[in-house]
Amino acid sequence: MKCINEMKMTLDSKSVNEGFSRVAVSAFVACLDPNIEEITDIKTAVSEAVTNAVVHGYREKEGKIYITVSIFEKGKVRIRIRDKGVGIENIEQAMEPLFTTSDGERAGLGFAVMESFMDKLRVISAPGKGTTVVLEKKIKGKY
Amino acid sequence: MAAKIVYKQKEINVFLDGEIDHHSASLIRVSIDEAIIRKRPLLLVLDFGKVSFMDSSGIGLVMGRYKLMKSLGGKIKVLNLSPGAYKVMCLAGIERLGEVKQREVI
Repeated sequence: MKCINEMKMTLDSKSVNEGFSRVAVSAFVACLDPNIEEITDIKTAVSEAVTNAVVHGYREKEGKIYITVSIFEKGKVRIRIRDKGVGIENIEQAMEPLFTTSDGERAGLGFAVMESFMDKLRVISAPGKGTTVVLEKKIKGKY
Repeated sequence: MAAKIVYKQKEINVFLDGEIDHHSASLIRVSIDEAIIRKRPLLLVLDFGKVSFMDSSGIGLVMGRYKLMKSLGGKIKVLNLSPGAYKVMCLAGIERLGEVKQREVI
């Protein structure tokens, strides 16, 4: 499928950037005329993925988060969120609802939110190699 | 993100305002917990009426306060969730922890 519009951004792994990243992604996707629910779904899923990079990937230490948003024909949107952090040893376990390695107040529902709010979720990760989360959603808006 | 805390006899009402994510939740949770420990209420009401965005950090915020209230013999109520916030809360089965209400559509 042909990509018709794309944007890339690099952010410091800081929790204060969680808000900026979800707003920037949703603003870029706005050209597809999404409805409020679609925009909320995307913002929520991006927020979860970026939070995972900050909290788990980089364990709240310094690092960069790389986000690419690609828009394809017929309203298909693909969002890649990548970190060069510690990576995930057991992806299947990490994706189980309520599983969390954090001792704070994380509900362990990040991947569950991404999965149910987007059409497709793919996680590519290996220990020491960082994590890439690919989110896909078709925006019905204009089409 | 801001939280206005209002005390009523054996009740604490928290009016949340703005966006709830990992960044903001960690800030407001401290002030809510301080209020609970100081006042020992029987009921904690979390009002999401002015919350414009919430991700799964909101679930952690509610669950953590539920545990604290339960350990002190109290209950919680979650009010005025937007459709988006309600959708996130439902993933966690939050309605089993106490009274949970959506925002009324005018």
